[in-house]
Amino acid sequence: MTDAAAYSLVAGISVGFAAGYVGSLMVLKRMALVGDALSHVALPGLALGILFNFNPFFGAFAFLFSAAVLTWYIEKTTKLFPESIIGVLFVTALAVGILLTPEVDLLEALFGDITTVSLVDALLAVGISAPIVVVARLVYRRVVLGILSEELARSTGINVALVNFVYLFLVTLVVAVGIKIVGTVLVGALVVVPAAAMKNVSRNLSSYALLSGLTGTVSAGSGILLANYLGLPAGPLVVSVGTAIFAGALVADWIAS
Amino acid sequence: MVARPPSPNPTRETGAPADVLRVANLRVRLDHAPILEDVSFRVRRGTTLAIVGPNGAGKTTLFRVLLGLVPYTGTVEWSGPVRLGYVPQHFVVTDVPITVRDFLGFKSAAGFEESLAAVGLEGGVLRKRLDILSGGEMQRVLIAWAVLDRPNVLLFDEPTATVDIGSEDMLYEALNRLEKESNITVLLITHDIHIASQYSDAVLALNRTVRFFGAPSRLSEPDLLMEIFGSGAGLAEHKHDFGSRGFR
Repeated sequence: MTDAAAYSLVAGISVGFAAGYVGSLMVLKRMALVGDALSHVALPGLALGILFNFNPFFGAFAFLFSAAVLTWYIEKTTKLFPESIIGVLFVTALAVGILLTPEVDLLEALFGDITTVSLVDALLAVGISAPIVVVARLVYRRVVLGILSEELARSTGINVALVNFVYLFLVTLVVAVGIKIVGTVLVGALVVVPAAAMKNVSRNLSSYALLSGLTGTVSAGSGILLANYLGLPAGPLVVSVGTAIFAGALVADWIAS
Repeated sequence: MVARPPSPNPTRETGAPADVLRVANLRVRLDHAPILEDVSFRVRRGTTLAIVGPNGAGKTTLFRVLLGLVPYTGTVEWSGPVRLGYVPQHFVVTDVPITVRDFLGFKSAAGFEESLAAVGLEGGVLRKRLDILSGGEMQRVLIAWAVLDRPNVLLFDEPTATVDIGSEDMLYEALNRLEKESNITVLLITHDIHIASQYSDAVLALNRTVRFFGAPSRLSEPDLLMEIFGSGAGLAEHKHDFGSRGFR
């Protein structure tokens, strides 16, 4: 195994867990497609990183965070659904990103490239994924109560708007750090597929969050190992493993019921 | 006067000793539209106030004011210490892997069995997912949630709106038991004039402003019902099997 493959495995395992864990809330909030669209907005940031020779993670994060703040603010101050805002805003970002990204780097930006993962990338992935999981765990129950009933949550003193903002911040972080592994097109799947797989087979909230994180880890780890062994792109393999787990969970749930 | 919304568990020491709540000249506007105008009433400690009125009358908004969720002008004074428990009107859980234990755990770390027993549910229900509970079970779990941290004022927003008559009877029986055993004050929004007239100590009829505030026995007067609900209002037969077990 090359150094880059080992680094990508470390990065993939940590980001996979964080993505699955955070994604479990995204699926409960019925924002699965929002997460997918949100990931596309990273492309102009990646392009700027490539063009001006700085770590594309920071460009991706800046664009994602700005988009998330804008979505959160518009949702909070108007009666527009996030889907409407995202539908307009994020496909525009994708178009601009494709125009800005040098053609030679476009495939890597869209689908990731584990052969270029450096030690810094791996450390960045671990260093960002760990606090994402810690903060997500801290706000988890408050987010869920806000999903169940905003009034009930607010009646217990929860600042629902603030909690949602923290949650969106975590989503942008995990998407930004996941792009290196699976690219902008597939990172949404890294967030959503593990949680979608585990939702119906989980007995309670704790097991759902934990199993989603573990499924993300298994998907990313297996996908990267397969990519290394087969010489194929990691992104599609990571998503394919996740989808296989999703199908297995669906069958298991069907048999159990 | 522009008043700040109270915290969810206000503990101010004001108002007459026998009153747990005094509301005066309350006004609420949302998106520049008047929702409540010049609403004044008081609630005595350990009694049940039924709040009735047509759809859009501002009943739920009044609760949102009491919970500190919407801005208002006027006076809302709690005679403390007051601990509020709240059951919302709409609470539908579908396709979420959350158990009753998870849900109650959002509010408190202990006392689940005691709260469930107070509403006639056994501890085994803790392991059930919320999305497989019947309507009646769900409402009782919500009441168990509301009483979990031993509130002395309960706000119920149409607690039986989504359950059948049989479950409705069980719920009011549970509420009745809670009120008697714990001497708590209940504010109950209901669309059911029979519930309001038989099982409350006072009635507040709202239609943006106060249409009536007084004894529940007056709800049998057709003219008053017309005043509250408009034409077409009347007492339809709606039988509840409580025997003599009213709230009071």
